[in-house]
Amino acid sequence: MSHTEELDNKELWGGGTSPFNAGYGKLMMWFFLMSDALSFTGFLAAYGFYRHNFSAIWPSAENVFTHFPFVHGHQPLIYVALMTFILIMSSVTMVLAVEAGQRMDKKKVILWMFWTIIGGLIFVGSQAWEWYHFIHGTDIGAFELGKGIYTLPDGTIEQTQGIIGRWKEGSNQTILELPWRSEVGNIASEYLTLSGQALTDAMANGQAIHGANLTHNEYGHPLFADFFFFITGFHGTHVFSGVVLNFIIFVNVIMGTYEKRGHYEMVEKVGLYWHFVDLVWVFVFTFFYLI
Amino acid sequence: MSTHHHHAKDFLFTYVFSQDHKMISKQFLITGFLMGFIGLIMSTLFRLQLGWPGESFEVIDMFMGSWAENGVMSPDRYLALVTMHGTIMVFFLLTAGLSGTFSNLLIPLQIGARDMASGFLNMLSYWFFLISSLIMLTSLFVEGGAASSGWTIYPPLSALPEAIPGSGTGMTLWLVSMTVFIASSLLGSLNYIVTIFNLRTKGMTMTRMPLTIWAFLLTAILGVLSFPVLLAACLLLVFDRSFGTSFYLSDIYIGGQVLDHTGGSPILFEHLFWFLGHPEVYIVLLPALGITSEIISTMSRKPIFGYRAMIGSMMAIAFLSFIVWGHHMFLTGMNPFLGSVFTFTTLLIAIPSAVKVFNYITTLWKGNIVFTPATLFSVGLVSTFISVV
Ligand SMILES: [Cu+2]
Repeated sequence: MSHTEELDNKELWGGGTSPFNAGYGKLMMWFFLMSDALSFTGFLAAYGFYRHNFSAIWPSAENVFTHFPFVHGHQPLIYVALMTFILIMSSVTMVLAVEAGQRMDKKKVILWMFWTIIGGLIFVGSQAWEWYHFIHGTDIGAFELGKGIYTLPDGTIEQTQGIIGRWKEGSNQTILELPWRSEVGNIASEYLTLSGQALTDAMANGQAIHGANLTHNEYGHPLFADFFFFITGFHGTHVFSGVVLNFIIFVNVIMGTYEKRGHYEMVEKVGLYWHFVDLVWVFVFTFFYLI
Repeated sequence: MSTHHHHAKDFLFTYVFSQDHKMISKQFLITGFLMGFIGLIMSTLFRLQLGWPGESFEVIDMFMGSWAENGVMSPDRYLALVTMHGTIMVFFLLTAGLSGTFSNLLIPLQIGARDMASGFLNMLSYWFFLISSLIMLTSLFVEGGAASSGWTIYPPLSALPEAIPGSGTGMTLWLVSMTVFIASSLLGSLNYIVTIFNLRTKGMTMTRMPLTIWAFLLTAILGVLSFPVLLAACLLLVFDRSFGTSFYLSDIYIGGQVLDHTGGSPILFEHLFWFLGHPEVYIVLLPALGITSEIISTMSRKPIFGYRAMIGSMMAIAFLSFIVWGHHMFLTGMNPFLGSVFTFTTLLIAIPSAVKVFNYITTLWKGNIVFTPATLFSVGLVSTFISVV
């Protein structure tokens, strides 16, 4: 039996217990993932902090992500739901690959690894597509009010820094909807709007915004765009690294490296990473798109 | 075998690119000590300035040359020295220098393993540490000087490259250096953890392990769970600095000009930073608590009193250290109710700390104490520990 050097060491020094019946490499992966999870927790907690702080004017995802490839019209969150489904399915195929590895079934490992990689690639591509539409924005765009203190038509004074007004539908850019609603008792009603002279005044030191980047965001508060780009970017980098790792292992499987080694533990290790990336996406999805 | 070529190769792999835990331990020791020495010189210099402001010192002139006209330190350089001193002492000496030296040396020896689980990652851990040390030192010599917003690098001072001279390239290098440092710390800690879990010798169950090793294990776990949050804080800061985001910035004016940032809050950074910052206190303290446990027991010629209670209290301290970070932020305008919650959790740490001190004292009690320097230092640690806590 040919083993790697690490396994030989383990046999020589096989005292104690290996917790969870795992080799040290797998254990290392678990602790690494815990560490990585804390980074994501930091980002998502920060997101939550601002989401709560600006809850009144935070854009709602169903008004932002409304496109579906090759289909016209308003399709809120349909595409991201599909992306999420594909990523979760790629976790399922990864489980099947690991299971096939435990049976030493090389052909099935190749098959399921292949589909996992395809799933990952589709996800990364879809994310690029989502970014493209978010950056590109709508045809009509929005208007960012100038900085400073501003008097609304009903007399309230608001800080207008970074406040995005959206053109009222069908108004042909004559009525700007502000992100606040006038409250009658406890019932939130129509958005406050600007038109006529008030609109002209407001437009004097503001600017038209199309799409989103790291400083401006036509859909609402700029921090929404900041966090969207940062967190989905950080996660996307993880997915992409996962695809690369999966591909390297996939090539090794085809070359018969693990068959010679006598076990497919490497497939299990990248599998752990892949499931982790999926799990994190479920949280990112929940934070950005659902709540 | 005895060609020159082989000699050179042997030297390279024995002393430089070594994967042997004892050699890596020595590498950490030497690098950590050098960094500590540099930090020491810095503190001497800026304390001269603090004690006799505006007075000319030959020693300041000697070390700082054109950075201190006529031996008087400029305010910018003073801030840079304070910042670098703090950073070097907290991270490079007390975190990497301490854990890198003692965990690497003692873990395999005390658990009966031949070496660390992965010698290669262990080597990488040292090299990342060395690279981050070099980057940190290089930042002293760039235009504008080293980072100057304190070792806690609070924004907005750290987030706006144009804020003060040290907020420019110096701050960028600080962030790069710390990112590499965090990678080093992660690789080291992962190695310590899995070595302790998987490579113990026959019969050494977790509850027969030396307390030193328990302390190193908990220290490594603290590092693995807290440094990634500092990484998160630093990455967001990089985006604020270089890509115009507003994670930590809002309504900032520079020279009467309003900047394009809106909505962010520096308090977010403080939360993220201190989520690392407090566990960091125990990353520094726990190894010492572990080592003194064994020294006091050995030098009292008695087994440690309450071995399991010692483990339990270290675990409790490690756990509690993650939920007390707000006590560094009482003056930030944080919700006062939250402040009292953090005060309460902080007070809770007194319980496991007291358990430890009683166990130390009870171990010494009626012991046949040998008064070596190690004993005296350990007793000194216990008394400092209880009077500070
Ligand atoms: Cu603290």
